Amino acid sequence: MKGLFGKLRALFTLGVLALVLAGCGKENLTALVPKGYGAESSMKLIILSVVVMTFVFLAVMIIYTIVLFRFREKKGQEDFIPKQVEGNKTLETIWTVIPIILVVILAVPTVIATFDLADVSGAAEDEAISVDITGNQYWWHFDYKGQDFQTSQDLYIPTGEKVYINMISSDVIHSFWVPSITGKMDVNVENTNRMYIEAYDEGVYWGKCAELCGPSHSLMDFKVIAVSPEEYEQWASDMQAVDPEEQPQETVAVEGKDLFESNNCMSCHAIGSSGKQVGPNLTNFGNRTKIAGFLEPTKENLASWIQDPEQYKPGNKMTGNYPEVNKEDAEKIAEYLMQLKHSEITPDSAGE
Amino acid sequence: MSIAAAQKRSFSTVLWDYLTTVDHKKVAHLYLFGGGFFFLLGGIEALIIRIQLIKPMNDVVSAGLYNEMFTMHGTTMIFLAAMPLILALMNAAMPLQIGARDVAFPFLNALGVWLFIFGGILLNLSWFLGGAPDAGWTSYVPLATDSASHGVDFYVLGLQIAGAGTLMSGINFLATIVNMRAPGMTYMRMPLFTWTTFITSTLILFAFPALTIGLFLLMFDRMFGSAFFDAALGGNAIIWEHLFWIFGHPEVYILILPIFGVFSEVFATFSKKRLFGYTAMVFATMLIAFLGFMVWAHHMFTVGLGPMANSIFAVATMAIAVPTGIKIFNWLATMWGGSIKINSAMLWSLGFIPTFTIGGMTGVMLGSAVADYQYHDTYFVVAHFHYVIVGGTVFGIFAGLHYWWPKMFGRILNETLGQITFWVFFIGFHLTFFIQHFLGLMGMPRRYWVFLEGQELDLGNLISTIGAFLMGVGVIVFLYNVVVTAIKGEKAAADPWDGRTLEWSIPSPPPFYNFKQVPLVRGLDALWIEKTEGNRQMTPGEPLDDIHMPNGSIMPFLMSLGFFVAGIGFIYQTDHKLWFLALYGGMAFALGTMVVRSLKDDLGYYVKKEELEREAK
Repeated sequence: MKGLFGKLRALFTLGVLALVLAGCGKENLTALVPKGYGAESSMKLIILSVVVMTFVFLAVMIIYTIVLFRFREKKGQEDFIPKQVEGNKTLETIWTVIPIILVVILAVPTVIATFDLADVSGAAEDEAISVDITGNQYWWHFDYKGQDFQTSQDLYIPTGEKVYINMISSDVIHSFWVPSITGKMDVNVENTNRMYIEAYDEGVYWGKCAELCGPSHSLMDFKVIAVSPEEYEQWASDMQAVDPEEQPQETVAVEGKDLFESNNCMSCHAIGSSGKQVGPNLTNFGNRTKIAGFLEPTKENLASWIQDPEQYKPGNKMTGNYPEVNKEDAEKIAEYLMQLKHSEITPDSAGE
Repeated sequence: MSIAAAQKRSFSTVLWDYLTTVDHKKVAHLYLFGGGFFFLLGGIEALIIRIQLIKPMNDVVSAGLYNEMFTMHGTTMIFLAAMPLILALMNAAMPLQIGARDVAFPFLNALGVWLFIFGGILLNLSWFLGGAPDAGWTSYVPLATDSASHGVDFYVLGLQIAGAGTLMSGINFLATIVNMRAPGMTYMRMPLFTWTTFITSTLILFAFPALTIGLFLLMFDRMFGSAFFDAALGGNAIIWEHLFWIFGHPEVYILILPIFGVFSEVFATFSKKRLFGYTAMVFATMLIAFLGFMVWAHHMFTVGLGPMANSIFAVATMAIAVPTGIKIFNWLATMWGGSIKINSAMLWSLGFIPTFTIGGMTGVMLGSAVADYQYHDTYFVVAHFHYVIVGGTVFGIFAGLHYWWPKMFGRILNETLGQITFWVFFIGFHLTFFIQHFLGLMGMPRRYWVFLEGQELDLGNLISTIGAFLMGVGVIVFLYNVVVTAIKGEKAAADPWDGRTLEWSIPSPPPFYNFKQVPLVRGLDALWIEKTEGNRQMTPGEPLDDIHMPNGSIMPFLMSLGFFVAGIGFIYQTDHKLWFLALYGGMAFALGTMVVRSLKDDLGYYVKKEELEREAK
């Protein structure tokens, strides 16, 4: 199969390149420029199927065009009665057999790839990195297995390694999708789905929820941040060392921390591994790429979110579940949260 | 009673006539008007969706309303527009094609159409009664069971009622085709549209019960405290997906197979050739129908069914391309060597071939499971199914309407307006949906209320919206055409297209008893055979005699009304016990009408031989 792919890929590298130049989507979001193992497997099959199907389409269109030009009713010959043909065994056999062959050409690599991507046996190995992912309306929870920390929204992984993920949902069905690294898999309520992801290059990859999960379905974005294995080790040990009791440096932030606690935020959110996981874990919040998955990470946005999350994410579970916070207090809390930077390894380390 | 119908009648007479009719030709009109109305409604919903997505982070509609919009757009277009319009064509043409005087169970036929109409009204009432369903047309649980408004309840009851009507129609058509073919019409002499109606009816018979069961389970979960789908109590949400798609996948073949029949008729007629590879066409249809039941899990490749299930369903899905390919090439071969006349009906059919081929291509692409991990639930899928359902079903409905309009209404649709409709709609369609293939792969999931700025999805969405409006313009031109034709359209002869099948052997529109004498069929394309042998008309297969006709009845209307009221009762009994009155009242009323229908002898009446002879002069 490799040989066939080789030729097809050579043929299509040009085509894909042309597409890239013509604009085939935002880098690190589009599935058309794969940067991870799963996405590349899919892309191979996409290319193969496009080639095969283009052949079929051309065959249809050539006959179609000839028919339209040659067999139009001629002026003055409206009474002409063409020969009534019942059929033709040879022709009909040809257009039965050729499609069967084409389907086989497509089916074999499909089956191989399907089994390949479903093989998560490597997760049992000691050094394997494994993350338990929980989908929630409308945010993602990441629990690194065998490690003592959890995060949300930003998933750090080392490049060039298989990261095994186990996914379950806490409420409705979601779907985990990082187009440029891997195809999607549903996040169900009753069973854990397993797959692995692997990013080739460092970068911040855009992830999305792909299964309708409520009003704010379209805002359930997250990021996969691929850093070098060394940086990943560093990040993981930084996360391990997070001390939730640590006092911020500035007075505003100290006030913010008090407000955060007095407003009962800890009944839903956690910092480090203390606190509840009803809402997103706020560890390393200051290093997040986005607020709530999609808002630019500025203090103003965060304060405004704290005051009224409903205007940003309709139907979220934060709205109405804590005392009202005035603008001033919201800004202080925001200041505190934006200072929660627990590692030197940030999205910038991945090149953003 | 006079047979000549060409007298002016008052509005109330016409209304009463339609409310009580059991004539398949008028039932076809009801399906057409009902389906057409809902088609417009679904179209408006589509335009609102596209307006919202004209630019990033738009805020024309709220998130909740947007979810209601696409849920209702999908549900309406599938259940209340495409299906009824197809049933309209079937009712209008199939009994005539087999030389029958009506369907096997005319009363049931009327009941089917009224159940559809009342089910559709019930579903759409949700807009005015606190919110429409908002969990997608697939209504996946737990989102659907969690949905707070009554929307999903309207979905459950509306579809249950409309679905019952469809199931009845399916059974009715099966009985009709098995029992009521004219003498000499063997199965292998049936026109292809009749064949596809027959096979589609089989699909309806086996697929709709799965939907019925699924809807019942959902209804119990939402209204009566059961937990079939609640994982916390030992239920399973994936079961809903299976039930839905065991119905839902055959459903898309229910939408396309009859249309394959329409195109087969149109290509043969306007190429003046018999259908190439008739036998292969029949068996390809059967094979597609059979495989249609074997591939539902390709909608669920990303659910996590494991590589074995995914592989089996992937290969089965790709296999469907083979019989479909046979059909495409046979149509091309039908035209090859013919004398092709291109009018509106033919334009829609010719437009179908490249469009549907693209839809089929992307279908095979989607069948490749690992590739589908990228396509699934993105605009690529949206593009694919619109290429198939619009490029196939809607194009086919337009082709069928232009083709059979003279037979249905006795007038020919304006040709110029017909061609304008086609070109505007066709261009708009490709503008809307072709680009969506790329949008999907560029990271645009479906059912997204907004897309963010800076994702390079802006231009594609803008173009898509412009195309959608062009499609809207095309539909408006068609409506204008219908009005113009009704007012001053050209009167149609019995056989305006030089047709090949039996429906063209009787006047346009046909008398209410269809065939004065049931014709004798001597081969495929029965009328064509007679014409080539110089006969002006069909040889009768029976002597002229009294014709037995069923009486009209208001019972189907009242029965459906009963179920409609009961449906409202079901929906609201969770709010207040008093609504049980509506529930039991509606049920009792519906059952009452059934009792009346069962106990009252209604033997119909005869059109006397003498009257028919007098008419002949």
